[in-house]
Amino acid sequence: MARHVVAPVADIPPGHRKLVDVNGRAVVVFNLDGEFFALNNRCPHKGGSLCDGKQTGLVQSSEPGEYRYSRRGEIIRCPWHSWEFDIRTGQSWCDPQRLRVRRYPVSVEKGAQLVEGPYKAETFPVSVENAYVVVEA
Amino acid sequence: MTITAIDCDVHPTCTGNDILLPYLDTYWRDSVEERGMGSLESAAYPPNAPITARPDFRGPNGYAATDAAQVTRQVCDRWGASHAILNCLYGVQLIYNEDIARAFARALNDWITKEWLDRDPRLRASIVIPMQNVEYAVDEIERCAPDKRFVQVLVLAMQETPLGRRHHWPIFAAAEKHGLPLGIHAGSNYRNPVTSLGWPTSYVEDYTSQAQGFQSQVASLITEGVFAKYPKLKVVLIESGVTWLPGFLWRFSKFWRGARTEVPWVDRSPSEIVRDNFRLTIQPFDSPSDPHDVERIVEHLRSDDMLLFSSDFPHWQFDGDERIPKGIPDGLRHKILVENPLATYDRLNGASLRESAS
Ligand code: FES
Repeated sequence: MARHVVAPVADIPPGHRKLVDVNGRAVVVFNLDGEFFALNNRCPHKGGSLCDGKQTGLVQSSEPGEYRYSRRGEIIRCPWHSWEFDIRTGQSWCDPQRLRVRRYPVSVEKGAQLVEGPYKAETFPVSVENAYVVVEA
Repeated sequence: MTITAIDCDVHPTCTGNDILLPYLDTYWRDSVEERGMGSLESAAYPPNAPITARPDFRGPNGYAATDAAQVTRQVCDRWGASHAILNCLYGVQLIYNEDIARAFARALNDWITKEWLDRDPRLRASIVIPMQNVEYAVDEIERCAPDKRFVQVLVLAMQETPLGRRHHWPIFAAAEKHGLPLGIHAGSNYRNPVTSLGWPTSYVEDYTSQAQGFQSQVASLITEGVFAKYPKLKVVLIESGVTWLPGFLWRFSKFWRGARTEVPWVDRSPSEIVRDNFRLTIQPFDSPSDPHDVERIVEHLRSDDMLLFSSDFPHWQFDGDERIPKGIPDGLRHKILVENPLATYDRLNGASLRESAS
């Protein structure tokens, strides 16, 4: 596993997401309130591009007629057939054990550290004073 | 005596209102005569339609299954069922007036008790409820439930509104409370066209369309959340046909995955809910002619617990004595004949049945 610098933190503000290329693999990076998560962009169902889906909340119910809505923005719905995936875990809602999107570890690193480290595939200049999103894949 | 088979769909024929007169109170008895209410015949089973009764089952008056002895002779003595569940389809559901419907439903259930259940200990029956009024329907369940020979609540596949709609829920609450499955039988009260396209013009179209009605009821009961609210409620699809179910479930479960946020109380796949809460009687099966195809369809159900033996007597679903479609695996036969019915109908408890099967 190599570590790839995929974007400056400022490129993906909270509530936003960005499609990046990691070694030829399409990966979508989400910023949930300052926490970053990276998922394979390919929907495990038929391959829809997850970064084109809607980010929404989780609706559950303990009784018919009652709608419990939580975790706003933490669910991505595939644009093709609307299956829901948990951005934090990659698990599908409909079949969490068997159907999940591959997820990759993400971290935020200071430019100063990156300049020295064993990092790959920067397609943009890294400056010492900025912070960057790093995906391990 | 051993329980050899439980026939879960047998139809006692009520030939006209005159039969019910002794069971109506005097006001309604006089009203039937004064208003000239002869019979509640439904277009669902016209008396002369072949499906209504196999020719060799018909008596001299053209009717079949008009008394307990006739039914038990065929179903028990000839076909070897040790027990049979009576589902009376007399047209109580057709009546528009709620009070008349209530009076007739009561009379019908009392007639079934006296003329059928009391005459042969091998018989059980479904409670016919006046769906015209939910409160009345619940009252009728409560009135009949103390008699444990009533083992199910009976409704028709096509109602004024989809069954899952919440105004029907008191009926499900009462059924669940008393350990009575909800039996949904082919048929319509003809408030709506029997197809979603409008009125058909032939009987073959009507009868064929019943399967669509069943599909819509399965979808309605599940999506409205009936099993989230009443998880112990069992639903038996009676005379629904069987082979349409796997394909329908593939479609239903697939779309649930994408649209389940509309109905978040449906928190597992509809296929699973159907396997847990729904049962089907095996006549008609709508079998393909090759027995291997029958076996494959049974595999597609992915459950050995779902099918219940039925002859659908006196309806004409098969010739001769072939009550079980060819291709049903041998290992499944006993489950279909005995174990599944016992597991479905809480009130068919093995010990009491053995006593009554002498
Ligand atoms: S491709 Fe994503 S839900 Fe079908």
